[in-house]
Amino acid sequence: MEAVKGFINWISDPRWLFLLSVILFFFMFRLRVLWTVKFGIVALIASLAFFGLSMLDKNFRIISTTPDNVPIVGLIFLMAFFTWLSLKQAFDNDDRLRIGQPPKERTERFEKVMVWPDLVYTEFIATVLLGAVLVIWSIVLKAPLEQPSNPTFSPPVMKAPWYFLGLQEMLVYYDPWLAGVVLPGLIIVGLMAIPYIDRNPRGSGYYTFAERKYEIMVFMFGFMILWLLLIVIGTFLRGPNWNFFGPYETWDVAKVTPMVNVNLSEYIWVKILGVGLPNQWFGAKYMGILLRELFGFILVIGYFTALPPVLANRSRLFNGFYKTLGGARYHVMMFLLLAMMTLPIKMILRWTIDLKYIVSIPEWFFNI
Amino acid sequence: MADDATAKNVIPTGSAGAGGKSPEAVKAAAPAATRRSFLASMSWLGLGWVAFTAGTGAALTALGRFMFPNVLFEPPQSFKAGLPNEYSLGVDERWKEKYRVWIIRTEEGFFALSGECTHLGCTPNYFTSEAKFKCPCHGSGFYAAGGKEKIGINFEGPAPRPLERFRIALTDDGQIVVDKSQKFQQEKGEWIDPESFLKI
Repeated sequence: MEAVKGFINWISDPRWLFLLSVILFFFMFRLRVLWTVKFGIVALIASLAFFGLSMLDKNFRIISTTPDNVPIVGLIFLMAFFTWLSLKQAFDNDDRLRIGQPPKERTERFEKVMVWPDLVYTEFIATVLLGAVLVIWSIVLKAPLEQPSNPTFSPPVMKAPWYFLGLQEMLVYYDPWLAGVVLPGLIIVGLMAIPYIDRNPRGSGYYTFAERKYEIMVFMFGFMILWLLLIVIGTFLRGPNWNFFGPYETWDVAKVTPMVNVNLSEYIWVKILGVGLPNQWFGAKYMGILLRELFGFILVIGYFTALPPVLANRSRLFNGFYKTLGGARYHVMMFLLLAMMTLPIKMILRWTIDLKYIVSIPEWFFNI
Repeated sequence: MADDATAKNVIPTGSAGAGGKSPEAVKAAAPAATRRSFLASMSWLGLGWVAFTAGTGAALTALGRFMFPNVLFEPPQSFKAGLPNEYSLGVDERWKEKYRVWIIRTEEGFFALSGECTHLGCTPNYFTSEAKFKCPCHGSGFYAAGGKEKIGINFEGPAPRPLERFRIALTDDGQIVVDKSQKFQQEKGEWIDPESFLKI
C-alpha cells in the first residue's frame, strides 16, 4: 500500500503529471473504446473506488474535504463526465457518417412542446433542487473565514480563489505583467477571435470529432490542460510556500525543495561562452543590457515571426491551414496558438534546465 | 428590344431611373426638412453633446481628486528602530509586523531590508533553519545569510530582482533611523550607496 502511495506521490509531481496528461490527452482521441457506455461505467466505478480508498489516507482526506476544495473534486468528475458525454456522441456520429447515414441529431423528430407548462415546470424544479443543494452545502461546509488581512504577514498557504489557481500557477513561470495581464488578455481576445478564425462550416448542430479534429483538440488542450489541470494542481498538489506535495503527503511548512533558477543570459554568456555578463556596449550601459539579452530577444522574436511562415512552407498540416484560412487568418491563428504554447514551453524549460527568464531586464521591469 | 422592356416595366421595383419614382417625388413624401428646422435640431444636439462632455469631464475630475485624499492614515515612512546594541547578528523581525522591514546586522554593520516580494508584492516569511526569505504566494526565495552583498538576493522562484533596501542612519541620540521613502535597488547598483548601509 505504501509503495502504491509513494508511486502516486511521485507520479503527481507536476512535471510527470503534466507530461502524462499531455500524452493521455492526445492519445484519448485515438482510442474509440474510451467513448462507449461500457467504458464510461467502468471508469466511473474505478475512479470512485480510487477516491474512496484514498479517503482512508489522512492527508488525502484533509485536502479533498477542505470546504475550499470540495467543488474542485466535483469539477474533476463533472469535467470527465461531460468530456465523455460529448465525445461519445461525436464518435457515434462519426461512425454513422462513415457509413453514409446522417448524424443522430438530424434523425430526431422535431416535436414541439409548450413553454408553459413544460419548460417552465422543468426550470422551476431545477431551481428548487439547486436552491436546496446550495442551502445544504452552505450549512454543512463552512466558509473558510480567517483573520482580517494583514499586509505584513503572509500565511504559509497562500492560495487564490479556485478559478484563479491556474493563473497563480502560471505566475510561477512568468513575470507578473505577462502572466497577470498579457496572457489572460490574450485568452479573452483569442476566445473572441474563434468565430472569425474558424471557417470550418461542418459540425454545426451535431456532435462530430472527425470533421473538426484540430478545432476541438486545440480548444480542449487550452481548456483542459492549460486551465483545468493547473487548477487541479494548484488545489490539491500545492501546499505551504507553493511547494509541491503529493496527494498522500503531509503538508510540511519546512519542506525544502531546491529550485535555483538561472536566466538564459547567464547560461549563454557565463556557462557557454565563459566571458561573464556584458556590462556595456559601444560605451553605453543600456546597450550593454541589450547585448546581454540579445539571444533571448532573438529567440522570442524568431519564435513569433519565423515559425508561422516556416511551418506554412515545411509542414503539410500547417500548409493546409494556410490554404484554408488564407494569409491574415492564418497569421492571427498562429500568433494565438504560439502564445498559448509559450506556457507549456516555459514550464518544461523551468523543469528541465531551471530556466528562469528568457529575456531578463530587471532594470526596466521587463522579463519574458 | 431594350426600349420595349422599359416601356412595359410598369412595376417600379424592377428598374430605377426614368421608369421609377423621381427623386423629387420621394422628397415631397418625406416630412418637410427646412434649413431652419435642421439647424435648430443640430443646435439641440450640440447642446446635448456639450452638456454630456461637461458632465463626464466633471465626474472624471472628481474621480481624479478622489485619488488624492486630504488625510492618509498610513504608518510614518520613517521610524526610529532603537539602539544598535539592542540587535544581535542576523535577521531581526521586530519591525516586520508594523513597518514591513527586516533590520539585518552583519559583522560590518546594519541595513534595512524591505519585506515586499519583488514578484507580486506578498510578504515573504523568514526561515531561520534554511537561512532564506520564502514568499508563500509563488515560491520566490531570497538569501537571508551570507553577508551584506548576498542577503536579499533572489535565487529561486519567479521573483525577477532582489529585495529592496531602505535608507538607514543614526540619529543624534545614537538610535537607528530607517527611512522607507528612499529605497536602494541592487540591480541598479545602489547597494554600494553609503546611505543604504550603516557602518558600526
